Amino acid sequence: MTIRARWTSYWQATPLVVVLGIFFVLPLLVMLAVSFWTYTGYSIAPAFVTDNYRDAFDGCASQFPTLCTTFRTYASTLKFCVIVWALTLVIGFAIAYYLTFMIRSNTVRLMLALLCTIPFWTSNVIRMISWIPLLGRNGLVNQALVGAGFIHQPLDWLLYSDFSVILAFVHINTVFMIVPIANSMARIDRSLVEAAYDSGATGWQTLRHVIIPLAKSGIAIGSIFVITVVMGDFITIGLMGGQQIASAGKVIQTQISALQFPIAAANAIVLLAVVLMIIALLVRFIDIRKEL
Amino acid sequence: MGERRSLSFYVLSVVFALYVLFLYGPTITIVLLSFQGPRGGMTFPMNGFSLHWFSNLWQGIGVPYVVDALWNSFRLGITATILTVVISVLAGLAFRRRFIGQNLVFYATIASLILPSIVVSLGIALEFQVFDQAIKSVGDAYGIEAIQANYQTAMGLMTSGLGAHLTWTLPFGVLIMFAVFNRFNPAFEEAARDLGASSWQTFRYVVLPLIAPSLVGVALFGFTLSWDEIARSSQAVGADNTLPLMLQGLTTSVTTPVIYALGTVTTGISFAVILIALGTVLLVQRRRLRHGSDAGKGLV
Repeated sequence: MTIRARWTSYWQATPLVVVLGIFFVLPLLVMLAVSFWTYTGYSIAPAFVTDNYRDAFDGCASQFPTLCTTFRTYASTLKFCVIVWALTLVIGFAIAYYLTFMIRSNTVRLMLALLCTIPFWTSNVIRMISWIPLLGRNGLVNQALVGAGFIHQPLDWLLYSDFSVILAFVHINTVFMIVPIANSMARIDRSLVEAAYDSGATGWQTLRHVIIPLAKSGIAIGSIFVITVVMGDFITIGLMGGQQIASAGKVIQTQISALQFPIAAANAIVLLAVVLMIIALLVRFIDIRKEL
Repeated sequence: MGERRSLSFYVLSVVFALYVLFLYGPTITIVLLSFQGPRGGMTFPMNGFSLHWFSNLWQGIGVPYVVDALWNSFRLGITATILTVVISVLAGLAFRRRFIGQNLVFYATIASLILPSIVVSLGIALEFQVFDQAIKSVGDAYGIEAIQANYQTAMGLMTSGLGAHLTWTLPFGVLIMFAVFNRFNPAFEEAARDLGASSWQTFRYVVLPLIAPSLVGVALFGFTLSWDEIARSSQAVGADNTLPLMLQGLTTSVTTPVIYALGTVTTGISFAVILIALGTVLLVQRRRLRHGSDAGKGLV
């Protein structure tokens, strides 16, 4: 390669590096710095104080073993994470398996896969709002249940509850499981599956000992997506929880609207640390570059 | 394959059908309800059938800036799309060779995709706030009147807002381009170079036509992700509103089907973009099948 060719990569990568530098890396560094700053009603001022972090964990040591607000919020967010992760994993795996191993025509598979992914390209907010006429007090579900005589009073827990939050999360995020898992499954050599059957394995054994281990990487990528989305969420929990349910992301949003930027920054750093730890755990299962 | 279908095929077919119903059912519901008659409410039954709520929407629902928000989202989406396509292609080309810092850029791209949006959004907001404060203090310190009198903030739809959207659209674009170039056969370019093409000619006449369908895909991601983006915009767009932000605000204040009409219009635009994109890809592939190869046709 000539010298010119060697420089080509650098200028070609420059726009990406500049954009990520200005709008991703630098903001995170500024946030880390600001989390040690002080603030007045209308501006933030450079300093080096740990008050913001102390504020974030206020009472966590003294009230122990009773959980302080922050720990309770994280416990609640993690609870949503685990439930949504389990549901999206089971549904996503089943759909991916169906698309990969049970559809024989490539055209049909492509059409069905598109059917699953098209909603991803439409608005999440609208997809959340769409549940209101179904789940509300006078919604379709309640009308049907009352009409059929199963219940006498409309159910109140269908909307603006943990239930509706989980429903919306699963509704929106299952696609993040389907795509990477289907991608991993598509790479599984069919003769391995055949060999398992020929050696007398049942369908379940083939799934357990051949397909799941080979789809591990896709499962991990999907899990990272779903878990990070739910961990940092404040939109879905806000809208579907009727602004009544706390989450790690929502706490930050509330502090921002109260103009307590340094405290919000400290909380964001804590959230970032938690998310990074979860990712570090899951990343052991994958080599992202091999997946592309 | 004369093989008989197993029971699990039928079970999973039902599961799949239910999933698709779950996926589309709610959206179909609000599309239906947006055609609610003038006296109709937020839920079933349909009280007549009309375009009342769409005309209501067009007149601005009595909520200011709805049309502005639509326009804001649209121009932001177009700008983000163009930048995403260009930057992703360049990055894709760059990563075909080894360069120093390659892994760092790669992991930064992945991180930009998966780190919580509220964190990214707040970071950008803080960065611009610190920048504003710095500019203002410089203006005060040196008595620069232009700054003291006029400078408000550098934050805005096309600065911090656009940046926030790019942190979300670029990773998708870049990862798609990586996947495309991983499967790209360099023999085509070598052939072009051997025939005397310059590197620009090789790109323009060989590489670009080959990756064109993928670029449509990247553009589709760029536009739809930006058009619907809310979490990263939330703290970073400044004084302007984008459509999803407006919609989110309206959910608490609007109690008529007009919000469904707005939802239907927004979803309609998304679907139009998706259909145009998929149609373009199909068209390009058709044309290729027809014109792509002259093998066997003999030389005239």
